[in-house]
Amino acid sequence: MTAEANGFAIAEASPAVHDSPGVAVSVHDLGHRYGELQTIERLDLEVPAHGVLGLVGPSGCGKSTLLEMIAGLREPAAGEVAVGDARDPRGRLARTALMPQRDMLLPWLAAIDNAALALRNRGARRRPARHEARRLFERFGLAGFELARPAELSGGMRQRVAFLRTLLSGKPVLALDEPFASLDAITRAEMQGWLAAALGADPRTVVLVSHDVEEALYLSDRVAVLSARPGRVIEELSAPAPRAADRDAAVTDRAFVAVRERAMHALRGKVTA
Amino acid sequence: MRRWLLPALVLVALAGAWQVAASTGALAHLLRLESFLVPSPAEIASSLWENRGLLVDNAWVTLREVLLGLLCALAAGLGFAVLLHLSETLRRATYPLLVASQAIPILVVAPILVVWFGYGIGPKLAIVALICFFPIAVNTLDGLRSVDPEAVKMMRTLDASRRQVLWRVEAPTSLPYVFSGTRIAAAVALIGAVFAEWAGSDSGLGHLILQDNAQLETARVFAAVVVLATIAIVLFGLLAIAERRVVTWR
Repeated sequence: MTAEANGFAIAEASPAVHDSPGVAVSVHDLGHRYGELQTIERLDLEVPAHGVLGLVGPSGCGKSTLLEMIAGLREPAAGEVAVGDARDPRGRLARTALMPQRDMLLPWLAAIDNAALALRNRGARRRPARHEARRLFERFGLAGFELARPAELSGGMRQRVAFLRTLLSGKPVLALDEPFASLDAITRAEMQGWLAAALGADPRTVVLVSHDVEEALYLSDRVAVLSARPGRVIEELSAPAPRAADRDAAVTDRAFVAVRERAMHALRGKVTA
Repeated sequence: MRRWLLPALVLVALAGAWQVAASTGALAHLLRLESFLVPSPAEIASSLWENRGLLVDNAWVTLREVLLGLLCALAAGLGFAVLLHLSETLRRATYPLLVASQAIPILVVAPILVVWFGYGIGPKLAIVALICFFPIAVNTLDGLRSVDPEAVKMMRTLDASRRQVLWRVEAPTSLPYVFSGTRIAAAVALIGAVFAEWAGSDSGLGHLILQDNAQLETARVFAAVVVLATIAIVLFGLLAIAERRVVTWR
């Protein structure tokens, strides 16, 4: 199913919003603890500028915590996190936008005001902020729903608005925490295609957490498989066809299936060890 | 409109039964009292009508105390809740004291305030505000603390300052709770105003009730109570309308 076929027509991108060279993320020898419990241990990750890194692993292995650390919301007990040239939490926070698991749309704001939150926080007035958000609404198939309240939108649409909110923050690094976990399988597949096209039109550096191996392999350039607690990278795999235009063909392709099997094997192996 | 039908019917039925009991003298006989001490609904209604000028004038006095007291309590309660929300230390220091202060009965505080500040509207305002402060402050604080931490994290990565998080997320989230607290406050505000007038006043419905009771003007006492109850219902209704207008997402 291509992006156009499932109705989410995405207008051809004019000179990309982010012509900038992009920002890399690096995590080195990371360790973290929750009380007495070691949740992350000796974790190393590298994401090149404009690259997409997928993280998969069993529940409780610290994936969400890792995203929060990248975003500067939390400090690791040990090790280093760098986003671009910033190692301090404020610098990381300034460069990263976090999309939490639940869409967290504010129910008292219209969809377009939710999407424009970052602009408003930076001091923009409502009209110019809405104007800028409106462009993205049209580009990403949400035209006509600008003034709808979140309660009036379907799950898939709310996730799209939440993603636009993340995009509109203008941050070079996006941390996506299981963005499609709450959606049914069909909507999820559509959203993956939609996200792939969105990133194609407006490349960013992305760290994506997913419990769905297939989703991670489709959307990312590389996928890191994390072990159960204490979380550590057990395997890193190259995705064969990152964000291919035809999702259905891509995920049934032999090379893709083989890599997916390797990832599942790694996941299963470490869970029981 | 439907919603009012059933309670209205119950009220009419009760009033009807009371009327029958009173006019046959059965009620007075049961209580072993003179019949004029046990007025029937008809007598109360006629007293309401005859004394409408007096009742409205005194109602206005009491209403002023209630509304101004509520406004003061709102300002103080909201401000206090925000302060306690922003400062964990302040909250831990003052919250238990706040709860303990509720144990002091108004009956004790009111006369003292009258001794200190006299018969003017001041002490009555203070008493109403004191009574209303607690439900508003506590409910608002609960509302502020009910905010989803994920929403705050999301806002922080969208460059929101502490003030913006408070204004854009925490304040709207707590609005339903504020209304809840204000509804409770409105109910007790009336009782507070009456008690305050009993402690020391030369006007108002509470004062009128006290005087009439002493002079055995029982019908007018009941009439005054009816007026008080009407004020309470109207206040409640206005608050409900305001909430529907403001909290549009629930």
